[in-house]
Formats: sequence, structure tokens, C-alpha cells
Amino acid sequence: MTESAEKIKKQFIDKGIEKGVEELTPEKIEKTINKILKSETGARFKAYVETCVHCGLCSEGCHYYLSHDKDPAFSPAGKVKQTIWEIVKTKGKVSPEFIKQACEIAFTECNLCKRCAMYCPFGIDVAYLMLTMRRICHMLGVVPQYICDTAHSHASTMNQMWVKDDEWIDSLIWQEEEAREEIPDLRIPLEKEGADIFYSVIGPEPKFRAQLIYQAAVIMNVAGADWTMPATPGWDNSDMCMFIGENEMMGRLKKSHFEAAMRLKVKRIVMGECGHAFRSVYDMGNRWLGWKMPPIPVIHALEFYHELLTQGKIKVAKKFDKAVTFHDPCNVVRGRGLHEMGREVTRAFTNELIEMHPNREQNLCCCAGGGVINCGPPFKMKRIDGDRIKAEQLFNAKSRGASTIIAPCHNCHGGLEDIVHHYGLGMDIKFLGDIIYECMEKPGASEG
Amino acid sequence: MVDLDAWDWEVDKRMIADLRQWKEQFEHIEEPCVSPDGEKIAAVVQSGEMEFSVCENGTVWESPFDKVWYLRYTPDGRLVGLVSDTGTWTVAVDGEAWEETYDFVWNTQFSEDGKNITVAAQSGMEYFAVTNGTPWENKFSFMTNLAISRDGNHSAASVQTISISEGDIWSFRKGCFSVAVDGEPWDTNFVNVWEMDISADGRHVAAEVRTTIYDFTIAVDGKTWPETFQAVWKPKFSPVTTSVTASVRKNGVWVLMRDGRQIWDRSFVQLWHHVYNADGTKIAAIVAPKYGRWTMALDGVPWSLTFGDLVTDAVISADGRRVGCVGKENGVYFIAVDGIRWNDTFDMAWKPVFSSDSAYVAAKVEKNGRYFLALNGKFLGHGFKSLWDPVFSPDGKKLLVRGIEDGPDKEQYHRKVIKVSDILG
Amino acid sequence: MHDLYAFVSGPLVWVAFIIFFGGSIYRLVSMAILAKKKDGVVFEYFNFKYALRSIFHWIIPFASTNWRLHPWMTIVTFAFHIGLIFTPVFLFAHIILIKESWDISWWAMPDGLADILTLVVIASCVFFFVRRQVLPEVKYLTSTSDYVILVLVALPFITGFWTYHQWPESTFMGILHILSGEVMLAVIPFTKLSHMLFFPITRGYMGSEFGGVRQAKDW
Repeated sequence: MTESAEKIKKQFIDKGIEKGVEELTPEKIEKTINKILKSETGARFKAYVETCVHCGLCSEGCHYYLSHDKDPAFSPAGKVKQTIWEIVKTKGKVSPEFIKQACEIAFTECNLCKRCAMYCPFGIDVAYLMLTMRRICHMLGVVPQYICDTAHSHASTMNQMWVKDDEWIDSLIWQEEEAREEIPDLRIPLEKEGADIFYSVIGPEPKFRAQLIYQAAVIMNVAGADWTMPATPGWDNSDMCMFIGENEMMGRLKKSHFEAAMRLKVKRIVMGECGHAFRSVYDMGNRWLGWKMPPIPVIHALEFYHELLTQGKIKVAKKFDKAVTFHDPCNVVRGRGLHEMGREVTRAFTNELIEMHPNREQNLCCCAGGGVINCGPPFKMKRIDGDRIKAEQLFNAKSRGASTIIAPCHNCHGGLEDIVHHYGLGMDIKFLGDIIYECMEKPGASEG
Repeated sequence: MVDLDAWDWEVDKRMIADLRQWKEQFEHIEEPCVSPDGEKIAAVVQSGEMEFSVCENGTVWESPFDKVWYLRYTPDGRLVGLVSDTGTWTVAVDGEAWEETYDFVWNTQFSEDGKNITVAAQSGMEYFAVTNGTPWENKFSFMTNLAISRDGNHSAASVQTISISEGDIWSFRKGCFSVAVDGEPWDTNFVNVWEMDISADGRHVAAEVRTTIYDFTIAVDGKTWPETFQAVWKPKFSPVTTSVTASVRKNGVWVLMRDGRQIWDRSFVQLWHHVYNADGTKIAAIVAPKYGRWTMALDGVPWSLTFGDLVTDAVISADGRRVGCVGKENGVYFIAVDGIRWNDTFDMAWKPVFSSDSAYVAAKVEKNGRYFLALNGKFLGHGFKSLWDPVFSPDGKKLLVRGIEDGPDKEQYHRKVIKVSDILG
Repeated sequence: MHDLYAFVSGPLVWVAFIIFFGGSIYRLVSMAILAKKKDGVVFEYFNFKYALRSIFHWIIPFASTNWRLHPWMTIVTFAFHIGLIFTPVFLFAHIILIKESWDISWWAMPDGLADILTLVVIASCVFFFVRRQVLPEVKYLTSTSDYVILVLVALPFITGFWTYHQWPESTFMGILHILSGEVMLAVIPFTKLSHMLFFPITRGYMGSEFGGVRQAKDW
């Protein structure tokens, strides 16, 4: 282990990891690792491990590496070396202390953003290998406390935030009432069978960011969309179980989500501005359940806004008066190629879009995704230190005039807020929906 | 069950309501619902500034509410809505609110005969079920997955029996959830409890549980099956005995089990939503025989017809001879029965309905924003603005059609009884 | 010495080629079987159009962002791989041997070009060696076997160059050349050199996921 990794080990203490490791024995570790490697990994794992020629070309793909003065322990392959290679080489004969280190690396030093897959000439999927390591940690009961608690919430309530069934419905009814002050005939139609659109959000929206539901309701109503939201579990599209390697629960969550939509006989699911949830419904959870592609098309907010704009269902009333820059979230850009649609909508609603560099598929990660921000306060500084390069990238955009960052993803929001604050960048962060809501025409809105 | 013989099965078409009048009368009308026998249509209407009521066949409920939602008909044709007044919530049946009020009510469920109405309720941050205004004696800090027996005399739900503070992942793993049956929790706690089923006689409850964060199984009346699995889906009681079936994941594939023993001889990439015929001798289920291909299996034998996008709405005829479903391939929906896909494609299709003798099967379908009936593979070209599931007469020879017809100057809800033979010619 | 020469240039050639081809087929087939059994997704989502789209962006110098980020590495690695593959295949001396044995032949490159390419390969190996020593992110990943492989690859070219130019002990060097070439060929399927076999598959699969499912570029 390098010196830098040693430092980190001393700095960050997580009770979930510490207590989990206390329960471990070398025998249990060996048995669990071999069971997972044998029963759950196959050709991809083998090819990725054996094909890597140790060239180090992946390094520049990783924001942690770039932010830690090119410390090789933070390069993608460097992290694989400290985790997967070692368990393969030793055939699972590793110490509890090793698992502790490996857990911390897999959970808090990789956002699974897959940028490195575009830097490795072989297309080795380090995110997959890190997820495999997380899966092993989960099976060993060594998971950071905060994200573990979130996974328990998912399992118990089918949402991320321990939101109870009635609290969900109540918050929708409340938002509907609020929004009716602005648009008198607005509705948030609950359980409307046969609607065109099933609108789904993530757990934090009803809990902390209810205004996003309000804004979505306004956009839906102005656009004349035929939409609905469920009054049952399945409303939450988020998925931290996916990020701790608890695949069984990932499957249950996605089943609940898709079946809520299927029960309501909708044509498609439109989801709010969340990245990881998109990944979960688009190419992770559905696959675990046996659906090659999502059984019902899943439209991310960026694509939906683009559709509403190009079909003339929403119109620009005024341009957002500050220069903006557009942050491309990994899961909907590398994950779904929505970068141009996002930009088209941004350009329509703003006076000036100043690109950050690199951008689009090459954009640097927010360092919050992949469940890292969900590992909570113990690792907050690790995220911020691990993304100094993002601060530089944003500062560069700011120096060219951008004062507002559009980040169409919840995790990106959280991560960028911390970065902007810590590095004193003094930039605003907004969802694209915030800007649309502020600048769109709202026929039927009451005066004032 | 509801006595279908008592319904009006005269071949006839009657206009029940002229919805254009409603639209003139009220500021706003929500999507309507219709009674099972088709005699009534109702919708939540805005009757004044922040004041809501329900209009049924043109008659408005006497007293308005601050809010009405989840308006549904019971199988015996009573109109039930969840209503609030001055910040409290309750259930209103045909305009009469229950005397008891709660901080919130939701998840309305009806017994098969419609006599019993159960809802989930919360008061003072305590959770419980309420049947016909009578709450469980015990209240819980958390409750979900409410289920009721066929006769509605019993209700059960996943409940939290041991409170834990947020972030206490260690207590969570010891098991803090159980099943409460009519408010009485089982003796055993589990890490989690999900969907459940109540036996036909109402005396037993089976639920999906996990005993550790890694071990999933089925618990019946608090006692788990001997084996644990990688995952399980909702168990079901046989309609006639107390045996329990559930699909479980073993070695990465899904198999169907009865009382802990595998019954179908093959495994599937996915296996869920199994359904019994009336006497419990046949079981059909939605299965994926290979990754990304979906179909129905009857007693473990999958159709050769498969769909790539999804299969949903599994249905088996009462005699167990026929199986139907809704399938989707390349973005378009189909009805499939007995392994044969009907020719027409749809933008959406609803669960097929079998006649009691299983000779006929009908379904509601959608095309280009209009709703149609399809019968035995034949697509009926008469489109509706809205349509509800078709209902066969007890002898299976007639079909009750409940639909809203519209034109440039009309929007009328009709109740129509037609002869099946007239359609099929 | 003559017997040894006859052995390495006769039966051992067969052995080396059999191990190389047999081993390669074995590795690819066994990987495909394993994928079929455990990683069905690879077949489900593999898409030739997007696989090739990705592969082309990585086998053309400077066509991917990362190649552009590392111009020296890009130039050297492409020159190295071209030399590594083309020199032995189009070397006049090799073609003559094959013509003598089986009476088949093909275009041969001028010896001068072969000399240059050989020196390029040797120099590239030195570059890679230095790179592994000097660049922290590469050094961190490097294990002894990586150096061994570098030597295994360089050896046939060094000895071949030596023999061609009739430097001292060229007969011995000739034998060493044949032997080292055979060893290199034989170990390809079973060492990191197998990246030659798996490159089109791993890159192609990532290209398929990015192109076909994620609708994004991966270069």
C-alpha cells in the first residue's frame, strides 16, 4: 500500500466498515470471496483481469487520480490492483484489514462513472470490477454505515429515505395544493390508470426537495401531459442497493418500480433529473430481472424536456439572465448520450452557455455518484479532496463568465455543492428543471 | 362473489350519463370510474373554490370535502372515496363519511363480495388497518404491504415491531419487522417482510421474508420454510387448500415451489406472478425461459411464443384449460391466449377476461388514443373515448360493454349488453 | 549445433505454432463458453457495428482522446505493434524458409525496411521498459512478469537482427532467435500477451454497450 492510501486509512473512520471487519475471520473471507468469484463472475471478470497489460493509460480517466497529484494508488488500475488483483492472486486468502482497505477503495474512491472505460485501450470496465469488490464486501457484511442504512430503507420501504406510504401520498397532495396557488387547475393525478406518462422521482424529492415535484407538476400541466404518479411503493426510482452490490434487492426495487408503471398501464416512465436511478432502471436492475431493455421505455428528464421543447409543448417566456455552464452527469451522458439534448434545452432557455472543458462524454465526475455521497459525512472530505480537478474545471468555466452550473442529476448537485462551497467557487447550481420552471411560459397561471 | 345473475343482461344499450352536462356544471372533472354492473358512473368534481365532491349519474354527493381521491367502486357497486375535511381523513361510501377520522388513509381494498372495505390508516404517527370503520387494536410505527382475505374479514400487513433509530444498521439486521394479522403480530421477527397472501379460509397468512440480509424464504403463520433462497417472490395460497406456492431463486435461476418443495421440473431466468385456476389444480405463471424472452408457462411448460419487451396480466381460465396474457414486442402490445398471439397490435392492452366456460376471451385495448374491444382474436372497430374491462354474463353468451362514446357534440357514457354470437357472426 | 538447429527449426516450429494456434483457439473458445454460461450479457448486447466503431477508434493512432493525450506513447505503441506483427510475417528470410518447405510465398518487405522495423521494436521495448521504471502510475502496476514479457518480445528481434548482420556467434544467435521466437509465439495465449486475442472482444463489448445501449462514444 502506498503512503497516500495509508494516510486516508487513518483519516476516515466508518462504523459500518469497522464493526463489519470485527466480525470477519480469514476463513470466512476466503470462503465468501471464492463463492462469489466462482458463482457470480465469469468471462468478463476473467478477461478484464487477464487482459490488463498494466500500461497505466487509464490513469488520466480518473478524477481521483488527477486530483491527488497523480498518485498511482488512485488510478483505476491502481485501485483494481489493491482490490481485485490481490484477491485473485491470493485466491481469497486476505486479511480482515485488507477487506477494510478494499471496502474503502471500492466504495469511496471510485464513483463507477466509467470514464476510465473510455481511457483504457481495451475497454476494461473498472466500474464492474469495483462493483464486484463491493458485492464481496456486502456479502462479508462490510459496508459503510450510511449507504448500508439507505439500502435497508430501500428494502423496508421501497424508497431511499424511509418515507412511509402515507408520507409519500401526503407530500404529493401537499405539492398539488401549493401549485394550485400558482396554476389553479393544476393536478398531480394519483393512480390514473391508462395515463401516457408515469412520473417517478427519487426518495429525497418528497423528503427534502419537494419543490422539484412542484416544478415537475407545473411543467407537466403546462405541457398538457397526460401523466400520473402512483400512490403505492414503486414511486422511487433510486437504488443504493445497486451500489452496495445487493443485487437481489436491486431487482426487488426495480420490479416494484416497473410493476407500478405496468399496473397503471402507462406508455412510458418519465423520471426526474437523477443519474444513478436512470442507470438502475436502464441497464442494471432490469438486467438482473431478465429484461434485456426496460420493459417500459424510460425517458430521462433531459430527453423529456427536449421533447416538450421541440414539440412546442413548453415555450420560452424569458431567457435565464446569467451565463451558465452544463455539467454532463455520467449516467445520462456516458450512460445514455443525452448531452446534446440537454444543451439544446439549455441554449433555448439561457442567454449564454459557456462550456466547461472537458465536456460531454469526457466530462469529469462530480465525485458524488456511484453511491459515494451516500457513504455520508465520514467520507465528505474524501469526496471533496478527490475532486479538486473538478473545482479547477469549474473555475476555468467561471473565469470565462459562467456563474451558474446546470447539473441535471441529484448526486451531481450534492457533490458539486460541496465542491463549490469548499473551493470557494461562488457559483450557483441548478437543475435544468429549475431554469425551465423559471423561464417558461405559464398560460393559466394566476397573476403575481 | 357478486351475484352476476342479478345484473341486467337484456340485450340493450342505455345512456347512463351525458358527460357534457357535467362539464358545463363543474369547474373541473377528474377521470371517471364506473360500477361493475355498468349502471353508474362517477367522478371527483371540483364543486367550488378548493372544494371537491363526487358526481354520480349526475347527482352530486350532498356534502363536499376539502379533497377526494382514489374514487373506486366496490364489486357490489358502492362508491368509495378517500376524503378529507378540516385536516383529517376518512373513507366516504356513497357520500357518507365514516364517523372515525384519521390523520391519513390510503390503499383501499375490497372483499370479493364488496361488503368489506379495508384501508391503511395513520393517526398520531401510528399505523394500522381499518375495516368498515373499525381499526386494529394494535398500532405500529410502520406498516406497508396491506393484504386482505377474500371475504375481507381479515387483514394483514408488514409491520415494524421493534423501533430503531435511523442509521442503526446493526439492530436492523437482528430483525425488526413482522406480519400483523388483524393487528396481532407474529411471534417471529424478520429482517424484512414483503408481500403476503391470506388463505381462502382466512385463517393463514404466507409472506415473503428475509431472515438475514442474505437469506430469503417464505414464512407461513410465522414459521419459515426449511430452506432459504437467494430471493423469493410473493407466495400464494391454493384457492382450496392451505398449501402455499412461491417462486424462489436458487443457484441464479428461478423455480416454483409448493410448501418448500420444487414442483415444476424446470427452472427459468425469471418466474413470477403465478396464478391458480378455480379449483387449484392448475398453475400458470409469467416466465422468462431465456434472458430477455418472456412468455407464459402452464404447469411448468412454457409457450413457444415469446415476447421481448414484457409479459404482464397473466390470467388462467376458471377451468384451468386456457391461459392468457398481455405481451409486448418492439414497443407494441399484443394479446396472447394459449400460446397464440392475436393478429392486431395495440398501443396498450388490458388483462384478457375469460367467460366462465372459457369458450370466449375478451379484452380492452387501445389504438391511436381510442379504446376498443377485442374478442377471441377479433378486433372490434368501434372506438370509445373511454372503456372499461368487458364482463361476460354468467352463461358466457353475452358481454357487458361499459364505454364513453363521443363525437363533435356529445360525450355519453353507455351501458351496453351484446350477444357474443352477434360479434363473432 | 547442427542437430540443435535442425530441432529448433523443425519439430519445435511445429510445436510452437500448434501451441500458439491451439492455445489461442482454446482460450477464445473456453472464454466464449464461460461467457455463455456466466455472462450471457456479453452475447446479448454485443453489436458488431458498434464493436467495430469502437475498435477502429482505438486501432487508428490519435483517433481516441487518450491516444491524443499521450502522443509519444501512441506513436511508439503503434510503431511497435506494426513492427511486431509485420516484420516476422513479411521478412524475406522467413518467406524463403516457408517457400522451401511448402512452396508458398507472398510479398516480402525490403531488408532495409525490416531492419528499421526491427530496431523500432527493440527501441520500443526499451521505451516501455523505461516507461515502467519512470512513470509512477505505470511503475505502481508493474510486476516482474511484465519485464519478463518485455524481454520475451525483444529477444527474437535482437537475436534476429544480430544473426542477419552476421555479428559474432551468429549461428548460436540464429538458434536463439528461432527458439526465442517460438517461445514468444507459444506463450501468447497464456500470458498477458493474450491481450492480442482479447482486445477485439473487450473493446468490442465496451463499444457495443456504449454504442448500442448507452448511445454514447467510448473513445
